[in-house]
Amino acid sequence: MNSLSRRRFLKISGASIAAASALTSMNSVVKGAQKVSEKTGKSVKGIQKIPTYCSMCFWKCSAIGYVRDGKLWKVEGNPIDPLSAGRLCPRGTGGVGAHYDPDRLKYPLLRKGKRGEEKWVQVTWDEAFEFIAKKMKNIKSQYGAESMGFFSHGIGGGFIKHLLKAYGTRNIAAPSFDQCLGPRDTAFEITYGDVIGGPERTDIENAKCIVLLGSHLGENMHNTQVQEFSKAVENHASIIVVDPRLSTAATKAKFYLPIKPGTDLALLLTWMNVLISENLYDKDYIEKYAFGFEQLKAEVSQYTPEWAYPVTGIKPELIRETAREMARYKPSTLVHPGRHSVWYGDDTQRGRALAIMSALLGNWGRKGGLINQDVFDVPSYPYPEYPKPKRENADNPNRKYPFGGAEGYTTGLREATLTGKPYPIKGWFVYGTNLLYSLPNMQETIDAMQKLDLLVVIDVVPSEIAGYADVVLPESIYLERYDELFAPYFKQPFVSLRQPVIAPPHDQKPGWWIAKKLGEKLGLQKYFPWKDVEEYLDTRLKMAGLSLKEMKEKGVALGEKPPLYFEEGWEPEFDTPTGKIELYSTHLDELGYDPIPKFTKHEEPQPGYFRLLFGRAPMHSFSRTQTNRLLTNVMDENEVWINADVAKRFELKSGDYIKLKNQDGIVSNRIKVKATERIRTDCVYIVHGFGHNSRMLKGAYHKGASDSRLITKYKVDPLMGGTGMNINFVTFETEA
Amino acid sequence: MARFGMVIDTRKCVGCTDCVIACETENDVPNGFARDWIVQISNGKFPNAQVEILSERCNHCSDAPCVTTCPTGASHYHDIGGIVLVNHDECIGCKACIESCPYGARFVHPEGYVDKCTFCVHRVEEGLDPACVSVCPTHCMHFGDFDDPNSEVSKLLQSRKHHSLLPEAGTTPNIYYLT
Amino acid sequence: MLEITTTRHNHLIDPILHAWNWEIPVYLFLGGLVAGMMIISGYFLFKERVKEDNCSCFYLPMISFVLLSLGMSALFLDLEHKLFVWRLYTTFQITSPMSWGAWILILVYPALIANILIRPPKFIANKIPKLAEVSQKLIEHKWAVKNIGVVNMLLGGMVGMYTGILLSSLGARPLWSTSVLWLLFLISGLSGAAAFVHLIAKNVYERELLAKSDNAFLIIELFVIAMMIIGLVTSSKSHMAAAHLLLNGPFASVFWIFVIALGIVIPLYIQLLAVNHKIKHTPIAPIMVIIGGLILRFVIVAAGQHSHWF
Repeated sequence: MNSLSRRRFLKISGASIAAASALTSMNSVVKGAQKVSEKTGKSVKGIQKIPTYCSMCFWKCSAIGYVRDGKLWKVEGNPIDPLSAGRLCPRGTGGVGAHYDPDRLKYPLLRKGKRGEEKWVQVTWDEAFEFIAKKMKNIKSQYGAESMGFFSHGIGGGFIKHLLKAYGTRNIAAPSFDQCLGPRDTAFEITYGDVIGGPERTDIENAKCIVLLGSHLGENMHNTQVQEFSKAVENHASIIVVDPRLSTAATKAKFYLPIKPGTDLALLLTWMNVLISENLYDKDYIEKYAFGFEQLKAEVSQYTPEWAYPVTGIKPELIRETAREMARYKPSTLVHPGRHSVWYGDDTQRGRALAIMSALLGNWGRKGGLINQDVFDVPSYPYPEYPKPKRENADNPNRKYPFGGAEGYTTGLREATLTGKPYPIKGWFVYGTNLLYSLPNMQETIDAMQKLDLLVVIDVVPSEIAGYADVVLPESIYLERYDELFAPYFKQPFVSLRQPVIAPPHDQKPGWWIAKKLGEKLGLQKYFPWKDVEEYLDTRLKMAGLSLKEMKEKGVALGEKPPLYFEEGWEPEFDTPTGKIELYSTHLDELGYDPIPKFTKHEEPQPGYFRLLFGRAPMHSFSRTQTNRLLTNVMDENEVWINADVAKRFELKSGDYIKLKNQDGIVSNRIKVKATERIRTDCVYIVHGFGHNSRMLKGAYHKGASDSRLITKYKVDPLMGGTGMNINFVTFETEA
Repeated sequence: MARFGMVIDTRKCVGCTDCVIACETENDVPNGFARDWIVQISNGKFPNAQVEILSERCNHCSDAPCVTTCPTGASHYHDIGGIVLVNHDECIGCKACIESCPYGARFVHPEGYVDKCTFCVHRVEEGLDPACVSVCPTHCMHFGDFDDPNSEVSKLLQSRKHHSLLPEAGTTPNIYYLT
Repeated sequence: MLEITTTRHNHLIDPILHAWNWEIPVYLFLGGLVAGMMIISGYFLFKERVKEDNCSCFYLPMISFVLLSLGMSALFLDLEHKLFVWRLYTTFQITSPMSWGAWILILVYPALIANILIRPPKFIANKIPKLAEVSQKLIEHKWAVKNIGVVNMLLGGMVGMYTGILLSSLGARPLWSTSVLWLLFLISGLSGAAAFVHLIAKNVYERELLAKSDNAFLIIELFVIAMMIIGLVTSSKSHMAAAHLLLNGPFASVFWIFVIALGIVIPLYIQLLAVNHKIKHTPIAPIMVIIGGLILRFVIVAAGQHSHWF
């Protein structure tokens, strides 16, 4: 349709659009905008707008799906949504491409060949459930219910989690903790008695000075944070970026500190030294709320800027200047706690240093700092009590990692599967996470899977791990299904609804339906007392004083805003052993760990090798989106960032294809060189999620290289079990 | 008379490509093509390299060579705001306009006509911003009328340093970048 | 280091503009060749060489007709929206050289047909006896023949210039935006046509005349190329870079070897020897000139699309 006739079309159908949207908002049973009207049997004409919430990443912004003439047209932000304020990120906008993705899973599949061969028989849902139920019953009778494990990422796994709890296991883990934000939240819990959470309690928009350590906002596209960061830039906030790579955020910075990878903790301790020795810290605040200042002062006195210079590569004057800059804007200086923080294995201690920095700047509980959050209370469904597991969880026996397992300990569960200790794990459900690309050392995951009697993968695309499954269950994408309600801790509490915007194109089914049907096969009917998900949601919403009907129209309901700052009435209470902000952690002391972080040196690359760093691109989420044609249109492969001088030395130029070989001889797929002045000479950088080897992912197959394949080495955080992954080194193989 | 254009704040832009994707869904741009795109220019030596990020598209030039070079009149200025459009029913696909555009803003639509950014004229006529502007999570893009001295875009140009793309090509582009 | 990246990868546009493929240079070449032939045959008509029994003006218009149609077919093949080609003739766009071209061609065909009618080829005349009558009448009117000659020369000149202006009006391509491109293409067209007539002329006088004039055209062409390049390198840095595409850039080898050496200098040398009776006339030189003219169009079109503002 050309621009003129399209315009005409819009003008002509203006009336019918209005009518259609009115209809949408009144019609309480929008089972997805059906392609065919139930009454007339004809295609639905005009435009329908259906609120839902996004799932392209895990920020879960509220969105409005537009359906035009029965086909999914576009997705926009919901203007009343506190997270997106009506503007989605590129992935959210590109969510349309997930619906039309030609590579998505279409039918339930049963494995035909060996695990990993990707040979399948297409089966009916009933046959798939029959197969799974039989195996699960066997595992329960032979090994006990706890021998089933569940790996899950994202809110969609909620119903499956419920199913497995009803079945009798609590061996449930999510990579979002041990492979992501675990160390940070553990550190803040130790220091302040509370976590940073997600969405983070960062008041970026009101910060006058923002300090980012390795946090690449703008490339890391968590919507609210990027929106607020942009506001801060507009307000001329002073931005300090510490990163071995001149990230997008670093290009906006007043101070860019090109730190030697692995030495952030040294810099943080030195900053503390300067803040304390130059009397720049918030004395009143520390006096009132903090515990252990004298011990801290004594401990950090050794970390002078002159000491830090050869360690971090940052000039003493720059360290002093940036510390003074932070002090100038305190308490509105936000030392961003980061998110993905599993870097070097001492990450909880680095998180502690971040937490202590925030305290010294008097920043927790202050405007432009780490602020209060509250939640829209939606009671959970009144289910019967779950059966109590007979054995303790297998992932963290004897609390080996004292702070581990807040969301379950993924690599612990993997290890239990591999070793059969403390007891065998014989079945895995994997929901929405490509474990091969999210856990370090892929081979360990593959070996563990070979020990299983049952591996069920529930996903929307045939990820690498799906290739190893016994049964692959194709879930409908978020725009095609109802899901759990979303009510996170946030400065503006809210609850949002996910409802279908469009029908799934093939035989895909929503998670709730999969859980219920499989539950019935397993004889767990009593745990699924609701007729369908609408009844489930309505029950919960009614308990919260809302209704499904209302939520289907608005998509979001706002709760009461809590006081955000101490000044506004947020009580400065700290749930720590001393009831104060623990600069010196009594808890860690008790357990025999460093009560104040100490700098430890990390291994450095051998000559000819470079530290492999990885991160994100704003238009992709993990390894889930590389077949979304809208997103691949702006980025269809990753590149390896190599310092221009290094590239010259290796006779490489931008656009050349090379392979990366790590310290253990593992060779990547071919990857394009980006010779650039935006990275240090001792490391290289690639965007995570590319380099797919699943042949079923036709649009992504062998495009770019995967950092996950090269991360054979990892260092476990002794406090919480997170896996530090920035300790692998690569060299270049040019015959690509 | 109105003269529509954009002012884009390169300080705020993070190059996320949301504008590109929003354009594609809004306008059903065929897959593999783009009416807008992100350019990153890095200049200098590490760690002092300067980076500029630009969201680029048709500049809806006031002296548009694509309009003057079109043999059928398919490329034309729209009545409202001088938006440069291609009338698909008149375009023969000779590609002279493609050759004449210093920005590479035009491409051949698989259906045979030449396609490019329309400033979402169908939205503008309903009082909405173009899709790219309204989606931008950094709020770095502004759309408006340069002939109106009180418009947001005019005020931004008065108050901030700015540049346009290849003004020396003589096309009088209507997209400005704040620096 | 300057590092520029873009997310754009539009077909025909990126990474380097290549929207015009072989069709356009072929069209420009044939257009130029036909232009030259029209000027030459028009000149012969004007000079009343119809009286001769083997004037090349008897078959040049027919050949022009065929070659022009081939050129037009190439142009047509290049159109992406072929069914809409008639749109060219529902409007006249005064600023568009392509529109001018379309309308000029509407005039060229009647002029060529009139030219053909003066002495229609036998295989047509035999089939349509009426044509012989028309032809006879035309030849009887000297002023008519002379004016057909004038019109052919004028239109030929316009077509020849137009092929250059078509490109040089596209200011976005610095290599093309030089005001001597029309002259280059006109002269190149004339030289190609002269070489062609030289190659096929049965009349000794004509062959000699055209060999001589071709030498003149080739010398002028060299001069025009030199002027064009000097103009570019003394202009903006974008124009300078465009000139360097030919001088020492990716197109240098083709430009220097095929266009300058094999397309102009060497055949010029051979023909100079020939017209000075040092050697016999050889078909090699005119063939080189014609091929050189074709390659010139390819090089200019490709390198022009390579050139850009920055």
